[in-house]
Amino acid sequence: MLKKKEQFMRLIFLFSACTSIIAVFLICIFLFANGIPAMSKIGVFNFLLGKNWKPSNALFGILPMILGSIYVTAGAILIGVPIGVLTAMYLSLFCPKKLYRLIKPAIELLAGIPSVVYGFFGLVVLVPFIRNYIGGNGSVMLTASILLGMMILPTIINVSESAIRAVPSNYYEGGRALGASHERSAFFVILPAAKSGVFASIVLGVGRAIGETMAVIMVAGNQARMPKGLLKGVRTLTANIVIEMGYAADLHREALIATAVVLFIFILIINLSFSLLNRKSI
Amino acid sequence: MSTSKKTVINNNKKLTSKSKDPVSLILRILVWCAAALTIMILFVIIGYILYKGIPNLSLDLFDLEYNTQNVSLMPALINTVIMTILSITIAVPLGIFSAIYLTEYARRGSRLVKIVRITAETLSGIPSIIYGLFGLLFFVTTLHWGFSMLAGGFTLSIMILPLIMRTTEEALHAVPDSYREGSYGLGAGKMRTVFTIVLPSATPGILAGVILAIGRIVGETAALIYTSGTVADIPDSLLSSGRTLSVHMYALSSEGLFMDKAYATAVVLIILVILLNRISSYTAGKISKS
Amino acid sequence: MEKFKITDLDLYYGTFKALIKVNLTIEANQITAFIGPSGCGKSTLLKSLNRMNDLIEGCRIDGNVLLDGEDIYGNIDVNLLRKRVGMVFQKPNPFPMSIYDNVAYGPRTHGIHSKIKLDEIVETSLRNAAIWDELKDRLKKSALGISGGQQQRLCIARALAVQPEVLLMDEPTSALDPISTSKIEDLISELKERYTIIIVTHNMQQAVRISDKTAFFLLGQVIEYDTTENIFSNPRQKETEDYITGRFG
Repeated sequence: MLKKKEQFMRLIFLFSACTSIIAVFLICIFLFANGIPAMSKIGVFNFLLGKNWKPSNALFGILPMILGSIYVTAGAILIGVPIGVLTAMYLSLFCPKKLYRLIKPAIELLAGIPSVVYGFFGLVVLVPFIRNYIGGNGSVMLTASILLGMMILPTIINVSESAIRAVPSNYYEGGRALGASHERSAFFVILPAAKSGVFASIVLGVGRAIGETMAVIMVAGNQARMPKGLLKGVRTLTANIVIEMGYAADLHREALIATAVVLFIFILIINLSFSLLNRKSI
Repeated sequence: MSTSKKTVINNNKKLTSKSKDPVSLILRILVWCAAALTIMILFVIIGYILYKGIPNLSLDLFDLEYNTQNVSLMPALINTVIMTILSITIAVPLGIFSAIYLTEYARRGSRLVKIVRITAETLSGIPSIIYGLFGLLFFVTTLHWGFSMLAGGFTLSIMILPLIMRTTEEALHAVPDSYREGSYGLGAGKMRTVFTIVLPSATPGILAGVILAIGRIVGETAALIYTSGTVADIPDSLLSSGRTLSVHMYALSSEGLFMDKAYATAVVLIILVILLNRISSYTAGKISKS
Repeated sequence: MEKFKITDLDLYYGTFKALIKVNLTIEANQITAFIGPSGCGKSTLLKSLNRMNDLIEGCRIDGNVLLDGEDIYGNIDVNLLRKRVGMVFQKPNPFPMSIYDNVAYGPRTHGIHSKIKLDEIVETSLRNAAIWDELKDRLKKSALGISGGQQQRLCIARALAVQPEVLLMDEPTSALDPISTSKIEDLISELKERYTIIIVTHNMQQAVRISDKTAFFLLGQVIEYDTTENIFSNPRQKETEDYITGRFG
């Protein structure tokens, strides 16, 4: 009787453990089954390298969006990584304990702010700011990059901070023993020792940025054309899906799902490199 | 581990203000500026939204009915609660049970455990729009649920599953083995040990994870637009569409007609998230103390 | 009367052989002490008597362990075995619940739910563990709030509450101060009237003070097994003599 109950619960636990496998499996199946046929209909080359996205003319080239995603993400990295890594340095090596207890929750909070709120903030603050002081109509690549740079800060900070903290203290002491100042030891001894963890944080940040949807839509302009410059509007892969999914049908709809497949593959590659980097740092 | 942390922190307490060479000075200034900038970003975002939004908070925002004159956020708020309950009900048992399997039952390093770990990691890296699209293809279309709370709830529950799994696993690992030994030593079986000794000891950690997951649900938009849809009313059933607060917020700001209402909605959303965030770290802090 | 009969017991952790051809007979209602240097296999043997080793991955056993003539590695209910053969651990490990619930945990596990009965069991167990007077006024308080020595006696009470026949004790006083230690030793001597007690100890004086028989272990083997008096006053093996006179270990 009791044995049976134990066996039964064990099966329940086992089944639950399998849900994440089933989920990943289903996600892959449904995305690929709906997206791959469209790619072959359009032609893989025309799809991935086509410069024109004009669903009404049956032109489904997503190169503009691929580049858009890459550019916006690169911009976000350029902005977010220096600030994030330096903040992580501050938190792990420079911050007095009392202040730490205030700053750390603040960074958790930064991670908790919903992306629509970031987007809204971008819309009402960053867009007018860029329009008035820098140029363009405000809903441009630069705005999206700045906003995404802010959004990936908590990811960069948290992962980098734990990597820096994991560096054994004898590295630091070694640096100090050679007469290096605290700052020099921190930057030229500890930081290099933590580099694979810091890289991992950047990779994770790339994943966040490239997958971010709502905030980008609200500030990037979303023109489906080849990116033309920092102060011109741009459309990312994620934006392409959300903006057109509502009314797309037939091949157009499948082409959007294929867009998601491309995004998904990007993310898988990023995840893979993250776990490889992570393994290295341990 | 912990001792090494201590030495580093103690060292810098004594020594930060001493070195005078220019490189060190510049580095120090850089680090300080970066941290200040990060904190400033948080305060500017929250401060600006509170500043612009609080004056726009009015009672009619909390009317039960949404119409074109009054874009009340109340239905969206209620939908958010329904959506949260729905997703949590699905994901929490699955997440906890699967963490139990991984920590208490499975052999360490077995192939199944490895696969589960990899897939959970993969899930946690997938952007929400992909979840949304999957929900659209699977729950909405293939299962014929239509745009519905149910489709949204299931989509979100897959999304938060890895988070629940990871926090539960950490909480279970933190339960000392001596508790398990004590229980087995008295002749208790595995199930009884897990449910009466291990799980209760891990509850605060699990709870902190669940609250974090609620924060994700409340803030989610991209995964819901094409699963639970954007209807601004309280749904009649779980098979009706309904927008949550975040979706409402997106709709308001992209329409651009009710910006003052959008500010007010943002205030409500941000307060909710801050609250959840605080409760979560409070619960988590409680375990690390005991 | 013999309680445990261990014949040709080999035990492996993965490829490491932790016990080699152990043969021992343990008498009922006596205190048997296992002594020897760290890593000699004494705790391992203790844990194989109620199959706590089952919890360790890669642990494998050859040979026989008979409890009252019944093979405990045969087709038996492990939970029932552990009810009959209770265990007290090196570090006091009360559950994070009230004192009352700690003691009642075992009986509840084995199906006793009546409040009156549980009250009675809790009281007798705490009395038998000589800690009733100290704790009777705070039964509903958390067990984590009492001193280490009290916690260990509570753990003994908890083990007694399931009415075991044998009590295995794995260095039960190593984490305690001298006063708590002497209380527990007194308790153990009292308990032997009703229970068979096997105790692993690092402290040779403790073995002398409380045990009737002593087994000396070295590198996974039982080197010598005799009455405690003989082991300590005239050991037959040279290794035993070296150990008890402090020449190694």
